[in-house]
Amino acid sequence: MRFDTPATTNPIDQLKVVGKPTDRIDGPLKTTGTAPYAYEWHDVVPNQAYGYVVGSAIAKGRIASIDLTDAKAVPGVLAIVTAENAGKLGKGDWNTAKLLGGPDIQHYHQAVALVVAETFEQARAAAQSLRVDYIRAHGAFDLASAKDSAVVPEATPATAVGDFAGAFASAPVQLDATYTTPDQGHAMMEPHASIAAWDGDKLTLWTSNQMIAWSTGDMAKTLGIPKENIRLISPFIGGGFGGKLFVRSDAVLAALGARAARRPVKVALARPFMFNNTTHRPATIQRIRIGATPDGKITAIGHESWSGDLPGGGPENAVQQTSLLYAGANRMTATRLAVLDLPEGNAMRAPGEAPGLMALEIAMDEMAEKLDIDPIEFRILNDTQVDPSNPGRRFSQRQLVECLRIGAERFGWKTRDVQTGGTKTGRIREGRWLIGVGVAAGFRNNLLTRSAARVRLDRPGIVTVETDMTDIGTGSYTIIAQTAAEMMGVPLDKVVVRLGDSSFPVSAGSGGQWGANNSTSGVYAACVKLREAVTQKLGFNTAEAVFEDGNVRLGNRSISLAEAAGEAGLVAEDAIEYGDLAKQYQQSTFAAHFVEVSVDAATGEIRVRRILAVCAAGRILNPKSARSQVIGAMTMGVGAALMEELAVDKRRGFFVNHDLAGYEVPVHADIPHQEVIFLDETDPISSPMKAKGVGELGLCGVGAAIANAIYNATGVRVRDYPITLDKLLPGLPEI
Amino acid sequence: MRSFTYERASSPAEAAAAARAEGAKFIAGGTNLLDLMKLEIETPTHLIDVNGLALDKIETTTEGGLRIGALVRNTDLAADERVRRDYGLLSRALLAGASGQLRNKATTAGNLLQRTRCPYFYDTNQPCNKRQPGSGCAAIGGFSRQHAVIGASEGCIATHPSDMAVAMRALDATVETVRPDGTARSIPIAEFHRLPGDTPHVENVLVPGELITAVTLPRPVGGTHIYHKVRDRASYAFALVSVGAIVQRDGTGHIALGGVAHKPWRVEAAEIEMPRGARAVTVHLLADARPTNENAFKLPLVERTLAAVLAEARS
Repeated sequence: MRFDTPATTNPIDQLKVVGKPTDRIDGPLKTTGTAPYAYEWHDVVPNQAYGYVVGSAIAKGRIASIDLTDAKAVPGVLAIVTAENAGKLGKGDWNTAKLLGGPDIQHYHQAVALVVAETFEQARAAAQSLRVDYIRAHGAFDLASAKDSAVVPEATPATAVGDFAGAFASAPVQLDATYTTPDQGHAMMEPHASIAAWDGDKLTLWTSNQMIAWSTGDMAKTLGIPKENIRLISPFIGGGFGGKLFVRSDAVLAALGARAARRPVKVALARPFMFNNTTHRPATIQRIRIGATPDGKITAIGHESWSGDLPGGGPENAVQQTSLLYAGANRMTATRLAVLDLPEGNAMRAPGEAPGLMALEIAMDEMAEKLDIDPIEFRILNDTQVDPSNPGRRFSQRQLVECLRIGAERFGWKTRDVQTGGTKTGRIREGRWLIGVGVAAGFRNNLLTRSAARVRLDRPGIVTVETDMTDIGTGSYTIIAQTAAEMMGVPLDKVVVRLGDSSFPVSAGSGGQWGANNSTSGVYAACVKLREAVTQKLGFNTAEAVFEDGNVRLGNRSISLAEAAGEAGLVAEDAIEYGDLAKQYQQSTFAAHFVEVSVDAATGEIRVRRILAVCAAGRILNPKSARSQVIGAMTMGVGAALMEELAVDKRRGFFVNHDLAGYEVPVHADIPHQEVIFLDETDPISSPMKAKGVGELGLCGVGAAIANAIYNATGVRVRDYPITLDKLLPGLPEI
Repeated sequence: MRSFTYERASSPAEAAAAARAEGAKFIAGGTNLLDLMKLEIETPTHLIDVNGLALDKIETTTEGGLRIGALVRNTDLAADERVRRDYGLLSRALLAGASGQLRNKATTAGNLLQRTRCPYFYDTNQPCNKRQPGSGCAAIGGFSRQHAVIGASEGCIATHPSDMAVAMRALDATVETVRPDGTARSIPIAEFHRLPGDTPHVENVLVPGELITAVTLPRPVGGTHIYHKVRDRASYAFALVSVGAIVQRDGTGHIALGGVAHKPWRVEAAEIEMPRGARAVTVHLLADARPTNENAFKLPLVERTLAAVLAEARS
């Protein structure tokens, strides 16, 4: 189905099933431990052996020699895979460094060997007795030092509109500030894990992966076999956040290990290994310049961001929202990329916008203070309903102002004591706590991508949906079931959803908050085709037939879907394919985040007391699972603001705090009452579902809202994340 | 993990005698040792399980104090009515540490013997004098935000991670042991933990095989008991700095610090200054402190936390 004109009324608009806060249909499996995760497919193939990955002990250099003698002597060892004996391997499109390193070492904990043994304990013990001699080479590990050597990457060219330099120089009110965000780890609950089994030259891989088709292709490229020979199965995923968009070492090494040991092999990455072996969100240094008239109109806005990656890698595009979020006739953005020999950077939830808004939305707060304008009013003054670089191009929907106004009302913003600027920070005190509130805008683009599904109607009247879409904890199963139920006029319990299998039609997958809208639109397309198949079989006029209550009805004639399916059943497959509506209209999602914090006046300990997100993101397909996505994202925003940082050892070139004791993410005690409001919105330009993404929007802007609240509480402006108490201490009141 | 042999001990003396063997270690809750064994940071060849030794009672001593069996679990100790009433500092310190699940397993003696959480100690690719004597210290000049600001050496800047031990230090606890030759001894907590010096791998004064049987507390001293643990997240994190304090009505009392040194940090002479306030105490408490660039904030943080604690005690 081609989608190239805005949606009109369609069966989804009935909202009998879609739009309801339905419980997750996979919930009982999850809560009873019967949804198998990647490492838990114990029974799918017999005789599974265990693989344990050995990581490089150096950040850069090469392997002089590997002595396998001791490791081979460990009881139970079946095979040891290294670059030397693995045969020729290709590189996938989506990984920067090799997933099996050697002799050259590109980063710390790059996999250099897999030991396969009868038991996990034997494999681990043998892995620990592998003797690898390295020759260390000098590397670049410090972004600040490498900054001056950074270049503008081809993938993200600089943008310029009007005369930024001139307009900024002549602006009556100016802000020129630099912000930093650290490297961050995904820290999902389920580690990367895979079970590989060969049948001749055909490979089956049970794994934990967000993008089935990408990863099937990259496995094929890496192993040098046709992708038709690979079946990838990933129906349940214990969190990904972008860390499982791609094939990683567990998958490649499980396949190589299984080939070497001639039996199925399972591999999970150990937690302390994950932070340096896999990908992370790269650190940024961001310079923001804003010029405005005294009455608060932005005349110039510029955003530059520096990040680093291994040679061949890409930048963290922290400036992309700045092209679109606020008005202003003169503008520029630029990313610059330095070579760093740290583990490779890549996407983590809301790549680009998440760190970009952490900086931009502090800058907006600082500018509002300089202008002596309320920060909400300042944002509203500079709202734009068109792409500021191309005023003929409107936003398909843009309710940022409504998010801000409704949020202000609901949060009680007017009681804030800082309306007139910085002199009134640090004014509210409850016992030992300094109290402050902060606001930030949230923004994340809505991405459209082809998504296919197959829908089958069977004799018992069951609708079965098959698509390689994944559910990474987001609720894909449920919204897909709701979509199919709405389209076919059946109750939810008559729908079976099967996901995450490369033998199913290729979907959008889970990433970039594109999964919900695109995958359900693909299911919509397949259901439209299935409805046609049903009506054609019955000789009904498709346009006039009504699907409801398990029947298809035309005038007085009503036939059950079960009967319509007949013994053979009916199958339809289709994909949603987008025209150029995304070119004609800018499609984005918007939010306003409000936060109240308390800061211990003595110790600087920061606690979030209240947090509210107001989101405008098209039709909300399931308010319950969408709310879960947003509160999870807000929690991640608290982590980003207050504690998450991969600490770089700049001499040895690795992330030092590489376990969950060292890399702190919020615990329950850090998270207060969270409130989420979804504006009632439909966006017919986005898709027939009239929905957009929301799972990343919930993160975008949260960190800055917290930073602004801390400033409001204490008068200390921290531009260097995470905002830990040591950065506040010098500015706190005398005790 | 290396292979090891395993036995269950049937008496403290027998356990101590068996532990004299090279490579032998006691295991009780296992909340620290097992993790370290999996990473091959600890590589015992023989484990002596002491869980069956009936050292899990909390008894009143003839002096009016408490005798806490070595195997009393952290959860049980924190919840004990006498502890909560007379040694509130201890109960609060215990509850500030780890998680409910870990406290259910962790024992009183094991808590005192926890190893540092220095990330370089945990990464076997990195030099660490504590893990591999003579290999060097990667934390010096590295990521040292959590590390010691006082009492450290050229060879080690690790901290002791325990909250409970800080309370024990302020409460003047005594560690009761039995040695491999069967003789018992009492070690004041002040003398139990060592500073790193040239031998950071030697963390306490126990001789090989020596088994902790109990920790005794003197009779209650009254006063207000406060444990203030400062950390980046609200729970389940090690202290940046912690202050354990017992403050009497006249402003005198005891103060011990966590998160600043290789052992719970207490300077009795500094306590004389308590009626004069946090600054006066801190000057003495942290005299000769030598922080790194990354953890120099701990010095003002100690003073400010102490000020908050003293203010709370007054109110």
